[in-house]
Amino acid sequence: MNIHIRGGRLVDPFNGVDAHQDLFLQAGRVVAIGDHPAGFEVEEVVEAEGCVVAPGFIDLQAHLREPGLTQKGTIETETAAAAASGVTTLCCPPLTQPVIDTPAVVQLILDRAAEAGYCRVLPLGAFTRGLEGEQLSNMVALKEAGCVAFTNARRPLPSNRTLMRCLEYAATHDLLVMVQAQDPGLGAGGCAHDGATADRLGLAGIPETAETVDVARHLLLAEQTGARLHFGQLSSRASLRMIEEARARGLRVSCDLAVHQLIFSDADLSGFDSRFHLLPPLRSQADRDGLRQGLASGSVDAVCSDHQPHEAAAKAAPFAATEPGMSSLETLLPLALALVEQGVLTLDQLVARLTVGPARVLGLAHEGLKEGALADICVFDPVREWSLTAESSRSRGLNSPLLGQPLKGQVRTTLLEGRVVFRQP
Amino acid sequence: MNQPCDLAKLQLNRRGQLRHFLTTEGLSRELLTEILDTADSFVDMSDQAVKKVPLLRGSTVVNLFFENSTRTRSTFELAAKRLSADVLNLDISTSATSKGETLMDTLRNLQAMHSDMFVVRHPDSGAAHFIAQHVTPRVAVINAGDGRHAHPTQAMLDMQTIRRHKGDFGALKVAIVGDILHSRVARSQIHALNTLGAGEVRVIGPKTLLPKHIEELGARVYYDLGQGLRDVDVVIMLRLQTERMASAFLPSQSEFYKLYGLTRERLAQAKPDAIVMHPGPINRGVEIESEVADGSQSLILKQVGYGVATRMAVMSMAVSGQTTEHLNE
Repeated sequence: MNIHIRGGRLVDPFNGVDAHQDLFLQAGRVVAIGDHPAGFEVEEVVEAEGCVVAPGFIDLQAHLREPGLTQKGTIETETAAAAASGVTTLCCPPLTQPVIDTPAVVQLILDRAAEAGYCRVLPLGAFTRGLEGEQLSNMVALKEAGCVAFTNARRPLPSNRTLMRCLEYAATHDLLVMVQAQDPGLGAGGCAHDGATADRLGLAGIPETAETVDVARHLLLAEQTGARLHFGQLSSRASLRMIEEARARGLRVSCDLAVHQLIFSDADLSGFDSRFHLLPPLRSQADRDGLRQGLASGSVDAVCSDHQPHEAAAKAAPFAATEPGMSSLETLLPLALALVEQGVLTLDQLVARLTVGPARVLGLAHEGLKEGALADICVFDPVREWSLTAESSRSRGLNSPLLGQPLKGQVRTTLLEGRVVFRQP
Repeated sequence: MNQPCDLAKLQLNRRGQLRHFLTTEGLSRELLTEILDTADSFVDMSDQAVKKVPLLRGSTVVNLFFENSTRTRSTFELAAKRLSADVLNLDISTSATSKGETLMDTLRNLQAMHSDMFVVRHPDSGAAHFIAQHVTPRVAVINAGDGRHAHPTQAMLDMQTIRRHKGDFGALKVAIVGDILHSRVARSQIHALNTLGAGEVRVIGPKTLLPKHIEELGARVYYDLGQGLRDVDVVIMLRLQTERMASAFLPSQSEFYKLYGLTRERLAQAKPDAIVMHPGPINRGVEIESEVADGSQSLILKQVGYGVATRMAVMSMAVSGQTTEHLNE
């Protein structure tokens, strides 16, 4: 299919481009930028007037819930949601049933994703067998099957000795280790940031140190073992500072933030609204502002959705008894654009955190939108107002506080390898 | 981005009258005073030979207890019966309802019984709000204690005790002593005292048992009992749960008593006419010396008596608030 993307503003942080340019695609690749190449017969036009044309977004953390938790979402429904969000590549964590600790589960996920055809799915393998924190998983076999990194998700390893060996093994094979920092003791039983709101509502608190203590032990062991670390979905400015310092010492460390941590704060919990029950918890407005500073200063490599769809029953209970997580793929772009509107980042910087930033974290060979590159493209209207409804949601998870709320900035068209996988109806 | 939902509003009908009683936080001084005035009228009634009034005749009150409490449940039961309501007591073990679906299912089943009021005790903070948000509109919900969050009827009976024995709140210094962190009673008391204009609210305990941001609720923090009690008019002791030792909040009961137990000696720091209160049941020799618990300054047994009147007041007001709301529809 020969496609002409017409009239848009091309923002490509891979190649440092921000200019009004048309794109011409053929056989899944970009064949020309700017002028219509001679002999190119346009079969389809994608109108991009007033829109930004960017490389497809790369989401470092989106739960697809399959296999095993299909009451919350399936690979088909959640990758459809990804396509509707401009995401063309995503990492799915191993918190499935069974967990992603065998090549067979990896293959199952890749097959289902290919069948659905909406989005490139990169599974994250279990760091330890069964995520139980005791034995190494078959990391090399999992890598060969398609895992791009390894994580124990939010199941902190109880023994530092085991953690050290896991990191040594990962370092031997230069495997990326993703860490969701959470001290097993300090946050135990907690469900909200240990701040004024939790004190007022009588909710058991999770202190900032539940994250920073775990970041610290990982950094110390990474320094000792030479392992490559990525910290996912951080909630505290102090964590970012430790990572900045580690980088200054020469450690290979990266990190990302979930977009909702940059928008909401623990004040949003004041109605016991379980849709704001997240892990790590939403922290104070001062913490949120600290994360925004870290993002603006360049110490954060990527912004992700941390998409966690749930069935209604998982959220229909008193706050502490509900499952943490927010369905957040389809609101990724409007929330991220709010950061541009509020002056935290420029549009180019934001697009970089959604594309080239995460690509470098994963070591992907993506080249952006230059001639000959794979045509993974997101066309979005940065000012269009809309709202996500239960009917329009592609994700099975309706656990978003933004459902029915006015949103600004909408994905118009998403292309995966030159194929339109989403078009705004 | 989102405006936080106003929890206090959920408790009021369109005319601003009480239709649920979930927390003392955010309610007006006028409304709290109305609860106290109504409760006072019921206190006087309980001295009469005929103790019943027909305010809730034909209504069904369900005591829905997901956590055991014979004392609180009994006073609610007695209050409902004195208002001529039919009472159904349901003790639901938490193990069977640890997940939300079951709580929702429990609610749906109970609604089929067409009751008019749920009195709810639950181990999770926010449970009473959750139930109030999900019951059919005509059912009033009274919070009889949710997690660490609120126990508003206990706080109001304490306010009634203070007002009857001390008068104007504005002149009073009040100290709350002990395990503030886990106490729904303390949180409800702090809100009520501040709304009613108490001169000063203090909390006294070790850092392990004090919420870090308690000052933002309007309470001054003291770690030393002697200093904290100086010149106070009201001393409220909280019950210490013995499981706090196992989870490293405290070394031992004896060390806690040594530092925070209310003895005659310590009480002498307070004003000579200070009153001593405790939500009960008391641990003698853990938070309070027997001589103080049984002494002339102690109002602990009076509090129990006022408990029935306060609960009658809140129940009758909530049913009336629901009826008014319904008539307006």
